[in-house]
Amino acid sequence: MAISKRKRAQYTRYGVYVVTSVVLIAMVFFVDWNKLQDAMFRWELVKDQFPGILTTAARNTLIFTILGFAGGLILGLLLALMRLSKARAYRYFAATYIEVFRGIPLVVTLLILGFGIPIAFKWSWPNPYLRGAVPLALVAGAYMAETIRAGIEAVPKGQMEAARSLGMSYSRAMATIVIPQALRIIVPPLTNELVLLIKDTSLISILGVTEGTIDLARYGRNGVFDTANSTPLIVAGLVYMIMTIPLTQLVAYMERRAKAAGK
Amino acid sequence: MSDIVVSIRQLNKSFGDNHVLRGINLEVQRGEVVCIIGPSGSGKSTLLRCVNLLETPTSGQVIFLGDDLTDHDCDIDSARTKIGMVFQSFNLFPHMTALENICVAQRKVLKRSAEESEAKARALLARVGLGEKADSYPGQLSGGQQQRVAIARALAMDPTVMLFDEATSALDPELVGDVLRVMKSLAEEGMTMLVVTHEMGFASNAATRVVFMDGGVIVEEGPPSQVISAPQEERTRAFLSSVLNH
Repeated sequence: MAISKRKRAQYTRYGVYVVTSVVLIAMVFFVDWNKLQDAMFRWELVKDQFPGILTTAARNTLIFTILGFAGGLILGLLLALMRLSKARAYRYFAATYIEVFRGIPLVVTLLILGFGIPIAFKWSWPNPYLRGAVPLALVAGAYMAETIRAGIEAVPKGQMEAARSLGMSYSRAMATIVIPQALRIIVPPLTNELVLLIKDTSLISILGVTEGTIDLARYGRNGVFDTANSTPLIVAGLVYMIMTIPLTQLVAYMERRAKAAGK
Repeated sequence: MSDIVVSIRQLNKSFGDNHVLRGINLEVQRGEVVCIIGPSGSGKSTLLRCVNLLETPTSGQVIFLGDDLTDHDCDIDSARTKIGMVFQSFNLFPHMTALENICVAQRKVLKRSAEESEAKARALLARVGLGEKADSYPGQLSGGQQQRVAIARALAMDPTVMLFDEATSALDPELVGDVLRVMKSLAEEGMTMLVVTHEMGFASNAATRVVFMDGGVIVEEGPPSQVISAPQEERTRAFLSSVLNH
């Protein structure tokens, strides 16, 4: 006997509920919660993380994020303008750059710039923050370039034409008319990229850290080595969420507002 | 200085295989109001956009006050400050108020002071009947109001000639009149105007000369009494009867 699509969807949903309930009940009865808490969330170890996890580790994560984001934004804007340029050389350069840095894992870029280049040129990074943030910015710039380009292309062509018809040069029209409108369009996707960047800073510690430049993830990991317990990592994860969730909520808010505004 | 403001010579424009303008010659004298009419696809908007080089001509010359704008050494940005343009879709800057829309190019291009450009902007807003709307954003204005702000924005540069590219085509019928009135008063004050329009009433009343285009060429031109009331060419007659009988 054939059953209607709606009925079938209903049965499927009941099935999912039943299975989920069984799994949850099994977890309640069979997982040793005391053991789990003992291994991952011991209060005295949570307290031990403070204040260092905020005053040093979270602070350094923020420094890497801000440097990486600011650098990436400037670089991304430049690359986006080059991709939209009439000059073929600029377009090719930007397209190649973007493909290269999006194609290579961040860890590889970090290692090449953090170790490879200094060894090759017998040179050393003047500042440990830059050593981590510059590769981060170079990769972030490649991603942001595509976002910014899409934003610029989303501004109606008539805006550039009206500005040019008033005697503005191409670059002035871009700077005063097109880019301000493009930025509004791309704030939500750029904020999403900021969230990714916050988490990507956790890779920087692959270059080695000193007491002063330690970031959140490494701080948590060192805590695990010191205490033979996972609690410090859990705390580090929570601190990441305290930074990222307000941003993702902000994006959700902006998107709701944009939808309500009818555009 | 001669009294010829715009001189278009042997102008050709192609988009790929599409030969849109085929050897256009047109001269506009100071104070003239030239209305360009014709069926869609006849090339009239492209012709207008070639005058300030928003479209680059494929060949031919556009001479503006004696300077060849198609010459690569020509400072097109400075020439454009003297050529006001009004677009079908208004193209106001949505992130700026009406006042800021009118001030931005005065400040950034003509380097006028904030006070001077604002005084000018307010006077022009009053003139187009929108003195109250200085602080409104384009999104808060009706189409007719937006288009009048756009006209004020172009006039703020003190242009020698104004180009109107189907300025009323995107408007609701009841809003067309306000914009046409502003254009009419400009014409009466002696502004040199090049107007692409479907408004035959405006062409009859305000134009000093009507140019009928079809298929990328000028088919017929002359005073409105001739081209609109007593067209000589069969194509002009066919077009006008299809437009006027609606």
